[in-house]
Amino acid sequence: MRERDPGRTVLRFRRRRDLPRARGRRLVAILAGSIAMAALAGFAVAWRPALPIVAPRPGSSFDLAGVERGAVLARLGDCAVCHTASGGAAYAGGRPIHTPFGTLYASNITPDPESGIGRWSQRAFDRAMRRGVARDGSLLYPAFPFTHYTGLADRDLGDLYAFLMTRTPVAAARPDNRLVFPLGFRPLMAGWDLLFFRPGRTAADPARTPDWNRGRYLAESLSHCGACHTPRNLLGAEERGHAYAGGWSDGWYAPPLDASSPARRAWTADRLFAYLRTGLDRSHAAAAGPMGPVAYQLARVPDADVRAIAVYVAFLMARPAGDPAQEPERTAEADASQPEGAALFAGACASCHGAGAPMMLAGRPALALGTPLHEHDPRDVIEIVLQGLNPPTGAAGPYMPAFGDSLTDGQVAAVVAYLRARYGGGPAWPDLPHAVRTARRQGSGA
Amino acid sequence: MTVLTVNGMPRTVSADPSTPLLYVLRDGLALNGPKFGCGLGQCGACTVLLDGAPVFSCLLPLGVVGGRRVRTVEGLGTAALPGPMQAAFEAEQAAQCGYCIPGMMMRAQALLERDIRPTEAELRAHMAPSLCRCGTHMRILRAIRRAAVLMGGGVRDPAEPVRPLPPAPAR
Amino acid sequence: MTVLGRRGVLAGALLVTFSSRGFGQEGGGGAKAVAPGLPGDLAKFPLLDSWIRIDGQGRVTVFTGKAELGQGIGTALLQLAADELGVPFAAIGLVTADTARTPDEGVTAGSHSMQQSGTAILNAAANVRLLLAREAAGRWTLPLSQVAMEDGTARAPDGRTVPYGVLAAGLSLHVPALPDVPRRTAPGLVGRNVPRIDIPAKLAGKPSFVQDLRLPGMLHGRVLRGPGDGTRVRPAYLDAAARRPGIVRVVRDGRFVAVLADREWDAVTALRLLQGAGWTRMAPPLDPGDPNAALRRLPAQDIPIFDTPPGPPAEAARALSARYTRPYLMHGAIGPSCAVALWQDGALTVWTHSQGVSPLRRALAELLGLPSDRVRCIHTPGSGCYGHNGADDVAADAAVAARAVPGRPVRVQWSREQEHGWEPLGPAMTVDLDASLDASGRIVRWRHAVWSNGHDGRPTSAGGLLAGAELDPPFPPQVPKPIPMPEGGGDRNANPLYDLPDASGVYRFIPDAPVRVSALRSLGAHMNVFAIESFMDELARAAARDPVAFRLAHMTDPRARAVMREAADRFGWQQRRPGGGGRGSGFAFARYKNLGAYCAIALEVTVDPDSAQPHVTRVVAAVDSGEAVNPDGIANQIEGAIVQSLSWTLHEAVALDATGRASFDWSTYPILRFADVPDRVEVHVLGQPGQPFLGTGEAGQGPTAAAVANALADAVGARCRAMPITPERIGAALPLRS
Ligand code: FES
Ligand code: FES
Repeated sequence: MRERDPGRTVLRFRRRRDLPRARGRRLVAILAGSIAMAALAGFAVAWRPALPIVAPRPGSSFDLAGVERGAVLARLGDCAVCHTASGGAAYAGGRPIHTPFGTLYASNITPDPESGIGRWSQRAFDRAMRRGVARDGSLLYPAFPFTHYTGLADRDLGDLYAFLMTRTPVAAARPDNRLVFPLGFRPLMAGWDLLFFRPGRTAADPARTPDWNRGRYLAESLSHCGACHTPRNLLGAEERGHAYAGGWSDGWYAPPLDASSPARRAWTADRLFAYLRTGLDRSHAAAAGPMGPVAYQLARVPDADVRAIAVYVAFLMARPAGDPAQEPERTAEADASQPEGAALFAGACASCHGAGAPMMLAGRPALALGTPLHEHDPRDVIEIVLQGLNPPTGAAGPYMPAFGDSLTDGQVAAVVAYLRARYGGGPAWPDLPHAVRTARRQGSGA
Repeated sequence: MTVLTVNGMPRTVSADPSTPLLYVLRDGLALNGPKFGCGLGQCGACTVLLDGAPVFSCLLPLGVVGGRRVRTVEGLGTAALPGPMQAAFEAEQAAQCGYCIPGMMMRAQALLERDIRPTEAELRAHMAPSLCRCGTHMRILRAIRRAAVLMGGGVRDPAEPVRPLPPAPAR
Repeated sequence: MTVLGRRGVLAGALLVTFSSRGFGQEGGGGAKAVAPGLPGDLAKFPLLDSWIRIDGQGRVTVFTGKAELGQGIGTALLQLAADELGVPFAAIGLVTADTARTPDEGVTAGSHSMQQSGTAILNAAANVRLLLAREAAGRWTLPLSQVAMEDGTARAPDGRTVPYGVLAAGLSLHVPALPDVPRRTAPGLVGRNVPRIDIPAKLAGKPSFVQDLRLPGMLHGRVLRGPGDGTRVRPAYLDAAARRPGIVRVVRDGRFVAVLADREWDAVTALRLLQGAGWTRMAPPLDPGDPNAALRRLPAQDIPIFDTPPGPPAEAARALSARYTRPYLMHGAIGPSCAVALWQDGALTVWTHSQGVSPLRRALAELLGLPSDRVRCIHTPGSGCYGHNGADDVAADAAVAARAVPGRPVRVQWSREQEHGWEPLGPAMTVDLDASLDASGRIVRWRHAVWSNGHDGRPTSAGGLLAGAELDPPFPPQVPKPIPMPEGGGDRNANPLYDLPDASGVYRFIPDAPVRVSALRSLGAHMNVFAIESFMDELARAAARDPVAFRLAHMTDPRARAVMREAADRFGWQQRRPGGGGRGSGFAFARYKNLGAYCAIALEVTVDPDSAQPHVTRVVAAVDSGEAVNPDGIANQIEGAIVQSLSWTLHEAVALDATGRASFDWSTYPILRFADVPDRVEVHVLGQPGQPFLGTGEAGQGPTAAAVANALADAVGARCRAMPITPERIGAALPLRS
């Protein structure tokens, strides 16, 4: 474990419902942080050399086995998820990434010589992945998870490079980022790096099984699980002391993967494996929001890698196996305390989630098993109601219609309150109408 | 008793507030446009407009409809006096069994009322929630492009241009 | 709805005895031929008033035993009648499949409607016009050739006119048709794109479907079944359901359970309550492995399909073999099956979207222990069916429920999960092909073997209906039988139209079906054509020949050649981009059943290099359906067939586990959506004025499936032989280096 953690000194910010106040605080923090970063940037060396351009290599010069391994690694790393715009060519970038600091656009990582990385050498690629420095020497924003990729092995970087360099080149320029002042000034990132970035690999733990070690390697570096599941500080760095304590991604709460996981039933390695592989586990629920595409990618990699991740994450959760005999189901109380929500549920939800509904006959998990109803924050439940669940077109997968257009904010709040009262753990969520308004204002993924 | 505004007319219905609007429209108000297809929000056969947005009426409890405006194909026009969407579907003969078509028209109407010049990609993405099993998709797309023109706009970068129709034989 | 309140007895039908069901029912069937010299179904119902009647006001009504399934048959039949009679199109009424009023033309299936009913109505109309003209000529004592028949009026050269109504009053149409009455030659509506008569009402929300029937006093019913065939729900909550507000009756008869309510939603919620009791599988567990492999392990009866003797001795230079598979597929109507039944005074009336009202009537009569003449089945359109789905079963459900509440009509609507769980599936199939080429690249030997369950589970007896197995005592299940060639079932289109020496085929007919199966649009043709036309490409490649040239070199049928050339030329086959790099073109051809329409398809696909997701950019089809009565109607059918077949071929497979069907809704059985349909589809109809009608509805499925497989092979350089051709399967074949 690493010792020093300057990130801890920065104000923490976790709860979404603090947002309006937090927003002001965040701006102050960004300014203050930027000044600090600028100072540090000047002190550190805010300048990195450009690496020479190289002639694009013909695809045939790459070893086919390496390309094939690289294809798997790219899925494990979810590269296509961020680097493909909706409706756009794979890896050609342009997808907006919404952050509290503004909107970034993913870069084109096809081998196009002008707009892509076709003239990047392996060395330039490795430096970008491990250090967050582009070929021309400019510093990358940490929305690109180089803080995780820094742990990647040489061979894997070689294979990823071979895979990307053998994709179809697509000429597509990246739209300009829209960041809050002064973050558009990239050299500031040198200060950020100095504060928060710890480069380097983690050595294998010989006391653990190969599966565990492989799982840790994938989860910590390539699959960058913590990028979503770890809380971030006011300057957007993962909080080191709170790894996997739950974070945020694209407006969704990514629940904790540590012992504080609110899951009703213990996540065992087997259950995680089923969930990661298919997007659905019968003891829990379906992958929703940004986790949907992750599961879709993991459906197309070798079993062993998914199993390794499952073993490691189950270890992180550190929950003994064994499930509560009874799921919370307080129908009568909920009907009495939330009559509006009860009527909404009967007409809008029970067709799928009620007893005797087709999904239930098919053995799909009951609502009480899903993690979102047990989280401290209602945001995921709200997002699921507003946006539904959408498997990729043409693919079978967990589906739910979106209710954003059918229900008003008050109605969404009523049905969410009812769900919490009937199936959820923990106290009633306060001020749901406000939370729904916030979720809607921030928009799907905005 | 609930008072609804359906196709611009106030209508009074008596049903439990949890009853999905689809059953209220078909059973209570004898409308045929919204169809039962799945009751699960998966097919779009039951699509109606709620304050201008396309929604699955099979999962829309009556209690939420309150003062909001509901529209069905019956509100787009009649067989004798079809609205532009209906006229376009008729002109393109965009139906096989026709079961999915009212839902298709309502979904398309919502798009064109919001944007009279969508791109072809937007059109196809917008229509994705509605299923057709007869494979009438190509004609449905042609009909929506024609409706966009009839409504004073047009689909940008259409997969096929909207062509003038040959005169139909007298009926 | 106009179907209500009309009364009429069909005199002609009384002269004809019903045949017990024979083979080949999928092809139409119905009554026996009594006048074999007459064309189409006139041979079965030779009396003119079986088909056409004219009342004293001159109103013409045409009767057909075929049903409007969304294929536009009603419009095409009226075009024929209007032209041939000389009556304005709009002035003709149409009565479709109704056991009390129309001829028994069997099942509306197999693309036979134009051949059987169209031909009959065309010739009956020519006969009727001749009789009317003779009547007018007699009145005016003019030679027949001087009488003009237009606009429902006979006209003499001097300007005198008599309307048809007056002429009809003076003669009987209750007479047999004469063979060989000449058709009119004047240009009319035939061959023109007359808009379909049923579309305006459907667009305006007028009642158009059986789902839209609202009869006075009607109850809404739901039936209780397990989640899929082979399962049942424990009957635990019957009393609780009966006590729910709004529930009028819980009908129980043996294992059959239905809830009846005044309001539909009350029936829905009561059904959900009942379903909550949990379910068990009654049938033996399914083999959860590869369903095709499981099927091939079952006992099969070998039926020879065709056998062509070897030609002059030839040296086989090269032998190829390949195995192709198709999974179980769903019909998947968008509107689940529905029927309305009324039991009154010991007689039953059923409004149904069954494809075969007459066989259904016989099965219902047996189910309820009624004489056939106490049962009337009236076809009322439903959502498109694409073969044998739940239509007949739900009609039986409504009938059994209605028997419990005499005098009150009962509308039974299946739920989505019931349609997915209980409709008979399109059978899974395997085809093995094996052929040899000589040194010049000609095929000198051809072997075809196809494994499949039967494709005809249509009810002809009570045991063919789901309710038949549930009543106490249950009716014995129908024994599945193969449909013999030349129509064929699993072997439909297994005999290539190409000129192949030393060719033979065998149908490994598997009687025992692990899941419920029956006719899915085009039956075995989808699979057999997929296999044959994929294999033709593989052979062309082995022979280093262009796929279209290779086909033409083995084809002598001039109409087949014309259709292939038309599709290739319109597509620009010669000028196409060379395949590879994720972009390719494919071609395929078949003549449906080798008896019906000719259809050739050329199409282009791209494959996304990362996701291996295929996208069909352009499809060009050429079709020869014989005389084209309504070319746009033909184009509509072929467009639909193409899009539907792309869905079957690229997306669909019923998932099975040990307990039954795991595909219970659209999320577990995804079909093609707008985002995935081709950019463009063109259909070119080759007109064949005066040629026999060849039918259209099922001509496009097989060629589309093979054309897309061929285009994908061209695009990625490797062949997928198992349907559905998913990104996973393409990806496994996709080279990683671009
Ligand atoms: S019936 Fe509402 S979406 Fe299918
Ligand atoms: S036209 Fe039949 S389902 Fe669309």
